[in-house]
Amino acid sequence: MISGCSLQFGGNGDVPEPVEVESYIENKGSDTIVNLALAWAEEYQKLHPEVRIAVTGGGSGTGIAALINNTVDIANASRQIKEQEIENARENGNDPTQFIIARDAIAVIVNPNNPVDQLTLEQISAIYSGEISNWSQVGGEDRPIVRLSRETNSGTHVYFLENVIRLGEKESERLFSRDTLLLPSSEGITSEVSQNPNAIGYDGLGYVTDEVKIIAVAREVGGIYVYPSPESVNSEEYPIARDLYMYTIGEPQGAVKEYLDWILSPEAQAIVTELGFVPIINP
Amino acid sequence: MNKKSTLSWKEYVITRLIKASGYSAIIFVGMILYFLLSQGLPALQEVPLSSLIADRWYPIEDYYGILPLLGGSLVVTIGATLIAVPFGLASAIYIAEIAPRWAREILKPIVEILGGLPSVVLGFLGIMVLSPTLQVWLDLPTGLSAFTGSLLLGGIAIPTIVSVAEDALDAVPRSYREAALALGATHWQTIWTVTLPAARSGVLTAIMLGIARAIGETMTVMMVTGNAPVMPNGPGALFAPVRTMTATIAAEMGEVASGSTHYHVLFFIGIVLFLISLAVNVTASAVIFRQVKRTEKLLS
Repeated sequence: MISGCSLQFGGNGDVPEPVEVESYIENKGSDTIVNLALAWAEEYQKLHPEVRIAVTGGGSGTGIAALINNTVDIANASRQIKEQEIENARENGNDPTQFIIARDAIAVIVNPNNPVDQLTLEQISAIYSGEISNWSQVGGEDRPIVRLSRETNSGTHVYFLENVIRLGEKESERLFSRDTLLLPSSEGITSEVSQNPNAIGYDGLGYVTDEVKIIAVAREVGGIYVYPSPESVNSEEYPIARDLYMYTIGEPQGAVKEYLDWILSPEAQAIVTELGFVPIINP
Repeated sequence: MNKKSTLSWKEYVITRLIKASGYSAIIFVGMILYFLLSQGLPALQEVPLSSLIADRWYPIEDYYGILPLLGGSLVVTIGATLIAVPFGLASAIYIAEIAPRWAREILKPIVEILGGLPSVVLGFLGIMVLSPTLQVWLDLPTGLSAFTGSLLLGGIAIPTIVSVAEDALDAVPRSYREAALALGATHWQTIWTVTLPAARSGVLTAIMLGIARAIGETMTVMMVTGNAPVMPNGPGALFAPVRTMTATIAAEMGEVASGSTHYHVLFFIGIVLFLISLAVNVTASAVIFRQVKRTEKLLS
C-alpha cells in the first residue's frame, strides 16, 4: 500500500526531474559559522543540484575532532587549529589544510545615551578586568560600569579574554572582573545594553542591532579610533577581529575543492556580508 | 468459589503493582543519588578541597570555587521565601477563610493557572519589563540582580504555597471554627489562633514545597540574575548580580567535555543542591512530626 502511494506521487508530472546525486559533503563545527555555512550550502545546492551538503554545528572543537578522525570533509572553526590538533591529525595520516573563509569583527557596544563613543583597547581591557569601574574614568558621566559578556562556553568569550582583556599576551593572567554579568545569549546582551546606560557589552558585528551604539576602538593611545566594518577589518585597522576557518584533510579534491573555490568567489562572499560577517575580498 | 479466587488473584496483582510503584520512587532516588555521587565525587580527587571552597568561579582557567554559587543560590532563595511566604499565606487565608464563595471559585483556579506558567515566560517578562523598571526605580547599576530573581521566584513559589496551604486550611473541621466563634473569638482571632495552628502541618508542607520550587528553578534565574559569580557579602548583595548553582549547571553542562574536571565539579554542585533540598525536607518533616506528637498529647 505505502509503496503504491509513493509511486503515485513520483509519477506526478510537476515534481522536478530527479537529479543523480554525485557527491556528498559533510561540513561540521563552529556554532558561530553554522548559519553562514548553511546559507552557503543552500545556495550552492541550488546551483549544483548534484551535490548534497550536510551542515552541522557543535563547536569548533567538535568539528576539528571530527576532522582528525576523518569523519567530515570540511571542519568549520572560529579559531585556528592548535599545534596539538595538527599533530593528532598527522598521527592518523591526515594533514589538515587551512582556508580562511570569512572574517568576524567583534563590536564593543554601549547604550545610545552613553556619551562615550571611543575607547582604546587598553581601556576596554581595564574596564573588563575591573581596573576601571566608572564611566567618568574614560570620559563619560559619573556612572558605574556594568560589564556584560557571553557565557564562558562561547568561543567569542575566549577570544575576547585572550585578545582584548589580555591584549594578546600569552603569559598574562588577567581575567574578566568577577562582577561581569555572563548572559546566556546575544539577545540578552543587546536587550540589557539597549535599556541600561551603565552597560558595556561585546558581540559579533552580525548580531548588533540599531538599539545600541557601537564604540570606535583604537589599538593604542594616540592611535586612530576605528569603527568595525568590512573595510576596517580587511585593512586590519579595526583591532578586534578574527578569521573564520574551514579545514580539510590534505589538499581538497573533486567536489570539495569546487565548493571551497566557490566559497571564496565574490558571489559566495556576498552572502557573508548579508549575514553580518566580513568578506575576505571586497566584492 | 471460582469467582472469589479470580478476585483475589486480581487483588494480588494490583497490590503488587501498587507496591512496586511505591518502591520505585525509592529506587529512582537511590539511582539518581548513585549517579550523582559517581560523577561528582571524582571532583574531590581532581580539585583540592581548598580550591572548591574558594570564592572564585572561572572554570575555563581552572578556578572551581563554589562558594559564590552557593551564596548566590541562598540569597535568591531567601529573598524569594521572604516574598512568597507572607503573600502566599495571606492569599491562602483569604481564599479559604474570608472570600465569599463566588470569589473563591474564581481565585483558586486562577492561582493554579499562574502556577502552570512556564518559567521561561516569566524570565522573558523579567528581562523585558521587570529588570529595566527596577533599575530605574531603585537606581541600581543594573536591573539584572538577585532581587529581580527573588521577585520572580517568589511569584513562581506563591501559587504552590497558596494551593497547598488553602487545601490544608480547608481541611480543618468546621466545628473548630464554630467552637472558637461560640467562645466569643473574633473572625481574625479564630483564623490566627485556631484554624492556622490546626492546619500547621499542611501549611508547613506548602512553604517547604514553595522553597523547593524556588531553589530548584533554573531558567528564570539564569535569565534575570546576571550570572556574575560574585561572593555575596552583606544585605546589599540582594541588589547585586549573582550566579546560582542551578544556572551554572544549566549554562555550562552543554559544552563541557564529558569526564573532565569541570564536568565532575558541575556534578559535585549537583550533589550540594541535592543535600540542600534533603536538609530542607528533613527539617520540615521533623518539625511536622514534633507538631503532630504535641497535638496528640493535647487531645489525649
